[in-house]
Amino acid sequence: MVSSIPSPDRPTARKTRRTVRTLPLKLPSVILLLVWSIVPLGMTLWFSFERYNLLNPGEKGFVWFENYHFLFTDPGLRAAILNTLLLVGWVLVITVGLGTLLAVLFDQAFFGRGIARVLIIAPFFVMPTVSALIWKNMLMHPVNGVISFLMRSVGLHVIDWFSDAPLTAIIIIVAWQWLPFALLILLTAIQSLDPERKEAARMDGAGPFAMFFFIILPHLGRAIGVVVMIETIFLLTVFAEIFVTTSGGPGFASTNLAFLIYRFALLEFDVGGASAGGVIAIVLANIVAVFLMRTIARNLEA
Amino acid sequence: MKKALRKKMVFTVLAWLAAGLVFFPIFWMLLTGFKTEVEAVATPPSLFFRPTIENYVAVQQRADYFKFAWNSIVISLGSTLLALAFAVPAAYAMAFFPTKRTKDTLLWMLSTKMLPPVGVLVPIYLLFRDMGLLDTRLGLLIVYSLINLPIVVWMLFTFFIEVPREVLEAARMDGAKPRDELYYLLLPLSLPGIASTGLLSIILAWNEAFWSLNLTAANAAPLTAFIASFSSPEGLFWAKLSAASTMAIAPILVFGWMSQRQLVRGLTFGAVK
Repeated sequence: MVSSIPSPDRPTARKTRRTVRTLPLKLPSVILLLVWSIVPLGMTLWFSFERYNLLNPGEKGFVWFENYHFLFTDPGLRAAILNTLLLVGWVLVITVGLGTLLAVLFDQAFFGRGIARVLIIAPFFVMPTVSALIWKNMLMHPVNGVISFLMRSVGLHVIDWFSDAPLTAIIIIVAWQWLPFALLILLTAIQSLDPERKEAARMDGAGPFAMFFFIILPHLGRAIGVVVMIETIFLLTVFAEIFVTTSGGPGFASTNLAFLIYRFALLEFDVGGASAGGVIAIVLANIVAVFLMRTIARNLEA
Repeated sequence: MKKALRKKMVFTVLAWLAAGLVFFPIFWMLLTGFKTEVEAVATPPSLFFRPTIENYVAVQQRADYFKFAWNSIVISLGSTLLALAFAVPAAYAMAFFPTKRTKDTLLWMLSTKMLPPVGVLVPIYLLFRDMGLLDTRLGLLIVYSLINLPIVVWMLFTFFIEVPREVLEAARMDGAKPRDELYYLLLPLSLPGIASTGLLSIILAWNEAFWSLNLTAANAAPLTAFIASFSSPEGLFWAKLSAASTMAIAPILVFGWMSQRQLVRGLTFGAVK
């Protein structure tokens, strides 16, 4: 392919990078994403100030903050925001806590590490509707579920998860799905730790606990931050797991913000109310996104 | 040396215990798919039974499983190809001809990923309704390629900047146009990276369940939505649910295991290496 050695005085050699027109290469992606992110966002914002119900399309008009007022006095919203925060908070605690411990464990040498690793990461690749239905029917079912069987056989009182503790049940399912994600990323981060630093610490007489708290944990700081932020963005809008298990019930006991908006939009056809809820969800997600973007930007520079 | 071995044994037991616990629900699902419906609900749960494949047959005969599987295949492959078609030129331009604004463009692209889908559910639903895209494979395919586009651009970018610049510059001096550079040099050189980017995009599209549940019904529903229809069935159905679920997750489990190392790069937007 390289038939001749280019000499510097040939005209093509002087063609600098700047002369290549790259705009046509980038522009399609940029325009697509611009349209995709701006148009629906603008529409949501606009609808949130409108009275607009699909069942009653004649009665359409600008109502300023009426939808927000309606939303903030709705008993569902308080429950939904509280449930959203509980869901995000608990899943984060479980996945990051267990994920860190498991990452340290899976960083050690042991027999069959490759296979064990493959098994423990598997839940992350299971589609959410499958995960939720497997847990709901085969594990948490009050009569025939495996968990109920185990609890009965050790003499514990059996819990009817989805009516007695619906939010807890959903937290368990979602945590199970995201634990592998935390583990995978924290394990990658641990393995990037310079082995000489560990060796040096060991030489200085650091025991396993000192090693964990003074060497590994500080090294993991940023990775943990990233896991927390990415999980938060996705966990704020958990939907399928609630959709196929409790449908948000009983009452509002397991309704989160995403499900509340869905309820307004596609069950009550209240476009205005759903859009106002959407704006709240966007604001919440953006608070987290700002921090995440900062971390990523810092990494781009490094 | 004895002590080291004992330590290794302890770690082995602990790690396998953890892996077994976490994997148990999937294992149980695999097992239940081969039971009869009566055995599936037996208490105490039966571990030893005569395996049957009747559920796999029933899922196809009664629920037309392959129709939904085909929807999943078309939508996830199609959206991935579409995203790649847009992302490859963009990532190429940003990796090899960076300008002052390249970094900001990349970050902005990623930030569109952080928009919660539920925030734009209403407008997308209405737009789809008016354009006749509700419950069509094309509609979902478009949505998925748009959701995955930022990640695909991002991942390709990180793979492209690893390609030595000199190779491309040498070709350019020989008079290669940017398009030749892209087709004959960059794509073959970064094929593994493009493959794992595509794999991640397929995995994400295959498992996506918010838009599929809200934008599709009987016609274009992919497997995520099909499985959801098991949430309120009548009669005994656990074994069939398990069989359908096993088929639905098997290909993605394999893909996921194949690409787990590359996934970290894509899933953390490069923030963890």
